[in-house]
Amino acid sequence: MSQKARIAQGGRIDRSRTIRFTFDGKRYEGHPGDTLASALLANGVHLVGRSFKYHRPRGFLSAGSEEPNGLVQLEMGGGRTDPNFKATQIELFDGLVAESQNRKGSLRYDRNAVNDRLAHFLPAGFYYKTFKWPAAFWTKVYEPRIRAAAGLGKAPTAPDPDRYLHRHVWTDVLVVGAGPAGLAAALAAARTGARVILCDEQPEVGGSLLSESGRGITVDEVAPDAWLERAKAELGQHPELTVLTRTTCFGYYDHNYLGLLEKVTDHLADPPPDLPRQRLWRVRAKQVVLATGAIERPLVFPDNDRPGIMLASAARTYLNRFGVLVGREVVVCTSDDSAYDAALDLQGAGAKVTVVDQRHTPIGERVVHAQTAGITILRGQGPVGSQGRFRVAQLHVQALDEAGRPIMGRVQALSCDAVLMCGGWNPTVHLFSQSRGKLRWDEGLAAFVPGEGMQEERSAGACRGSWTLAEALVEGLAAGTEAAVAAGFEAHPTPAPAVREPVLGPHQPVWLLEGDRAGQRAWVDFQNDVTAKDLKLANREGFRSIEHVKRYTTNGMATDQGKTSNVTGLAIVAENLSRPIPEIGTTTFRPPYTPTTFGAFAGPSRGDLFDPVRRTPMHGWAERQGAVFEDVGLWKRAWYFPKPGEDMHAAVERECRAVRNAVGMFDATTLGKIDIQGKDGAEFLNRIYTNAWSKLGIGKCRYGLMLREDGMVFDDGVTTRIGEQHFHMTTTTGGAAGVLAWLESWLQTEWPELQVYLTSVTEQWAVIALQGPKARDVLQAVLTRGDISKEALPHLSMTEAEVAGIPARIFRISFTGELGFEVNVPASYGEIVTDALHRAGQPFGITPYGTEAMHVLRAEKGYIIVGQETDGTVTPQDLGMDWAVSKQKDFLGKRSLSRPDMLSPDRKQLVGLLPVDPKLVPGEGAQIVESPKPKLPAKMIGHVTSSYHSASLGRSFALALLSGGRARHGQRLWVSHGDGTAEVEVTAPVFIDPEGARLHG
Amino acid sequence: MTRFSIFSLARNALSGHANWPAYWRSPEPKRGYDVVIIGGGGHGLATAYYLAKVHKVTNVAVLERGWLGGGNTGRNTTICRSNYLYDESAALYDHAMQLWEGLSAELNYNVMFSQRGVLMLAHNTHDLQIARRTVHANRLNGVDNELLTAEEAKAFCPQLNLSKDIRYPVMGAALQRRGGTARHDAVAWGYARGADRLGVDIIQNCEVTGIRVEGGRAVGVETSRGYIAAGRIGCVAAGHSSVVAGMAGIELPLESFPLQALVSEPVKPAFPCVVMSNTIHAYISQSDKGELVIGAGTDQYISYAQRGGMQIIEHTLEAILELFPIFSRMRMLRSWAGIVDVTPDRSPIIGRTPVDNFFINCGWGTGGFKATPGSGHVFAHTLAHGEPHPINAPFTLDRFVNGRLIDEAAAAAVAH
Repeated sequence: MSQKARIAQGGRIDRSRTIRFTFDGKRYEGHPGDTLASALLANGVHLVGRSFKYHRPRGFLSAGSEEPNGLVQLEMGGGRTDPNFKATQIELFDGLVAESQNRKGSLRYDRNAVNDRLAHFLPAGFYYKTFKWPAAFWTKVYEPRIRAAAGLGKAPTAPDPDRYLHRHVWTDVLVVGAGPAGLAAALAAARTGARVILCDEQPEVGGSLLSESGRGITVDEVAPDAWLERAKAELGQHPELTVLTRTTCFGYYDHNYLGLLEKVTDHLADPPPDLPRQRLWRVRAKQVVLATGAIERPLVFPDNDRPGIMLASAARTYLNRFGVLVGREVVVCTSDDSAYDAALDLQGAGAKVTVVDQRHTPIGERVVHAQTAGITILRGQGPVGSQGRFRVAQLHVQALDEAGRPIMGRVQALSCDAVLMCGGWNPTVHLFSQSRGKLRWDEGLAAFVPGEGMQEERSAGACRGSWTLAEALVEGLAAGTEAAVAAGFEAHPTPAPAVREPVLGPHQPVWLLEGDRAGQRAWVDFQNDVTAKDLKLANREGFRSIEHVKRYTTNGMATDQGKTSNVTGLAIVAENLSRPIPEIGTTTFRPPYTPTTFGAFAGPSRGDLFDPVRRTPMHGWAERQGAVFEDVGLWKRAWYFPKPGEDMHAAVERECRAVRNAVGMFDATTLGKIDIQGKDGAEFLNRIYTNAWSKLGIGKCRYGLMLREDGMVFDDGVTTRIGEQHFHMTTTTGGAAGVLAWLESWLQTEWPELQVYLTSVTEQWAVIALQGPKARDVLQAVLTRGDISKEALPHLSMTEAEVAGIPARIFRISFTGELGFEVNVPASYGEIVTDALHRAGQPFGITPYGTEAMHVLRAEKGYIIVGQETDGTVTPQDLGMDWAVSKQKDFLGKRSLSRPDMLSPDRKQLVGLLPVDPKLVPGEGAQIVESPKPKLPAKMIGHVTSSYHSASLGRSFALALLSGGRARHGQRLWVSHGDGTAEVEVTAPVFIDPEGARLHG
Repeated sequence: MTRFSIFSLARNALSGHANWPAYWRSPEPKRGYDVVIIGGGGHGLATAYYLAKVHKVTNVAVLERGWLGGGNTGRNTTICRSNYLYDESAALYDHAMQLWEGLSAELNYNVMFSQRGVLMLAHNTHDLQIARRTVHANRLNGVDNELLTAEEAKAFCPQLNLSKDIRYPVMGAALQRRGGTARHDAVAWGYARGADRLGVDIIQNCEVTGIRVEGGRAVGVETSRGYIAAGRIGCVAAGHSSVVAGMAGIELPLESFPLQALVSEPVKPAFPCVVMSNTIHAYISQSDKGELVIGAGTDQYISYAQRGGMQIIEHTLEAILELFPIFSRMRMLRSWAGIVDVTPDRSPIIGRTPVDNFFINCGWGTGGFKATPGSGHVFAHTLAHGEPHPINAPFTLDRFVNGRLIDEAAAAAVAH
């Protein structure tokens, strides 16, 4: 029979349309407006899942985001598979396919249900006590089995076809929760003209009113429904008010920064391709109103976990919102008046209802109504057990003493097909707690409520323990107004609504009802299978802090994040330890409020947008020249330029030869460039660099080393004096951003008195290096203004000139040891000038070369690369670069250089290595040892930093850092190679033109 | 002491588990102890355990401000590895690794040490250089680590994406097969239980408010539960080390940062090992319970608040999805932060201080959990003898004065 539990009318579903869906391979029907949970219940399906550990049959406990049991795998195909979705939160759409989880075999006959029989042997923390022997079995046998049994749904194995976007917004007032309090707050704030965002996890606003039958309630003389319609109509009239439904505020961070997840297309059968699946809103709010409502507490009694046993509020939601009657023979167990609404509503829909009230003398107005309506009320009694395999069939109740303990004696069995529980309510204080607000235990309410706040927020309604509709509306109105005023707006006077509703009697919690039979288990955390006995065991074993109990038993750590288990667990622990609840504490609420999609956090920052790809203006030109690129930091750099048929080795050899014998051109744009201006520029450089800068003439360049405070080389580069108060600094490619931040931090925090202004100009200049004996000839051929003769532009100087009609700064710099120029032109001319130089260079055999050849060429000259020859542990002295370190002036890191260890003769120093086998190229990173077959652990005395085959030398060579290396020239040592070692000879680290004749050519 | 085993579990099942003893006593503090350890995290408890077990020093108290293992011990991503570059570090972390390998048996407590392998990815030439340097150094130090091609890495971790079209293609990896994960809470509880049985007083909810120093010697601690005299004091207070050391007038070269981590909802086995990437900057494994456990770098500001910014979570997940796009639809269940104490060379400080009888074990930065057994073992030696064990001898406070640093930040060096 289809939808046998659906009542004929009522609810917010559209009975005129039928939706088909599949659960565990079986087809069902529902209506628009249903959730998967309500549709399954409409079809009489109560068994929907298996618990984590014991694989107990489970049905829906709730109708909302607190659901621990009704988790499904949504299987929409094409990579759209979602584990652990709460069926209570899935809006039904046509063609929906869902599978139950965590079962071996069918849901009814789950082979892992044997765990339930073994439950005696599987108490909390059993795995810590066993599976230790034999040791090797843990990884090979026990752990794989535990892992296979654990987990719930299945992770996707294909890429996600959906997109996720981010919105960054600010607002005057953010209102979280669109129940009566939130609606009142948002409208009050919007009436002042403030910019307001109202968000709610449900597909429509209304909150608890959506589940309200309206019995005995009026607001301003109309039914709650009508009030809601009126409020909705007004929402549309405020242009500065944004309403976000299907939007969960999941995180409350510092400085009133909040994260919202909007589900844009999850409810659609065919998501339009132009819409993102979900949208992450990053909201900076001047003021926040929390109107997040409350979550009903289950009762903890033996076998309280059977399908058909659910929260009273859930049954009411299923009935009033979805038109589903969850049972025809219903027992309502409660310690609170609110459950009488469920009793009355379900009775009104045709169910036979019995109320079991743990209180001896309930006095609220609803109790009177129930009595008048002819509902049987068993006072001073409570549930102590249940029967029914896949659905509850019987509830056992027993008389309780004044303290709520069962009185030994007759147990009455009530036959039933649904049990509704109400153990009172927990204000939803998660976001308040995340904001670092302190929670306060209110003994009268038997609940944690917001205490002292830390940020610009206020709570209204049930989330602060104000249970009545009147309080929600009044507090919402006040909170919205106050928030807007605090955000700088003028209050808009609105009278408080007149509410008529039944008067509530007092709530009297009974945290745990224990039956008198041995071996009975009463569930606290339904998903993780934590029972009251487990909590007791944890306490017995010395776990007293609630954090310990939580971690030892896993109470509250399931995917429902303890929404129905934390507080009851806490209260039971308090009873066990005979201490007041506030002394046990409460575990910290952390983001997110509900599980939040990874993809939504990442948003559009995927693929090319993950890290921006930086390309030089000559990238396209290099591509056309056939370049192969490598990643260097964020940059794509031309690595080498293979001709047809060439491998990397052949290409690099050819490129190197061209530079040594004729001329090569190289794209050096990626080097960091910082424009330094101000009257204290030279002084600033004096402090930053190890060498002296005061006397550097205009138009002159100088190489400089930067050290950290610890004396270690941090960056290097050539800086040029453009004018009296103007310098042009270059940095390493990878270090550019770090150097700028470093310089700024010194300027801003330590040397504010210096008048120096820094601007990154890395992207503004395109840089083409021309290197080789014919470099001047090539440049001269396209020089349209300026003098680059040996006399006018000696090594390490700069001139402002014009190349191919383009204004250029030409630096006489070499990183190859050859005659070299670096032509800087405005970035947009980079490709034109590159092309001009390339054409002009044809007669001279000009050859584009990439970073690999650059590395070889500079290594042949013993020029270091920061990050390759250095690793943050290398001083200028280690590199043999004392010449670049001033003895007179002070500079960053100077003091550290005189520490005892800096002067030690066994420090690793830069050397050259020549492998005895000239064809053998040691691996970069290979370690240096003193014998060909060292015993382990071996003494390592250094490592290879750079290693290449050299065309010029006709052999392999390497640079290395070697302990006491400068005293070892000529020694034979070994480097690790493959599984063995290779013999090398230690040399000076300069292999070509040590006197520098070519450089000054 | 009730030995834990399948048999004791079965026996206790018959009595409804009503007879298990407490893991540890809750003693009132005595007036004095031979050794007082400040900080009841993994390192402090391990120190107490080895003091009693190895050195027979049992008149020991562990003072914990909150609850045992509530700091970084209970907040890390549980990764264990010993593939550190420098000899000193490799010796220290491999010492820990060897202790991990027998720890469940040693403690008669299953710490779920799982040698699933730690795969560290290389995405560019520079990463490969670093990986090769580390692998060569490790192997010469007798520490297992191997260099894999991208294809070999994928064979080990089939979830890897080897496409050449992604932003940072995988070029290779270093694999330490002995690396893996352990159950963090169980480490604290196992050591606490073991130490308690050997006579150590574990005192929770006892905050140290002052260090009494007389004539350059520490003689005791002021606490929220009164003054406690001490022959020697070991400070193992992680993110708050500089605060505690400050009470003894010692300034430590530490900065404390929030370090965040997160887990997904639990799923069936979907990820076989630990994968780390320095370039993309994130790491991931799957817990026995089925949660993907994910972490990355610290927040950039210094703080003692155990919370961080959302942008760190965002960037971490961007990185994870860059590596493993298949996890895009997984959902974050929890995120949290711990406070890590970072030294200038990213290596810990374990040893003496300018105040006699006041010893420190701190500065573990983001890497302390994996060292827990080794750290406790050598610090116990240090406290018992007043002199460091050879393994922690290089990890002095002095090194920031004399310059003999152990700079594990080296691996983060940049390319030209």
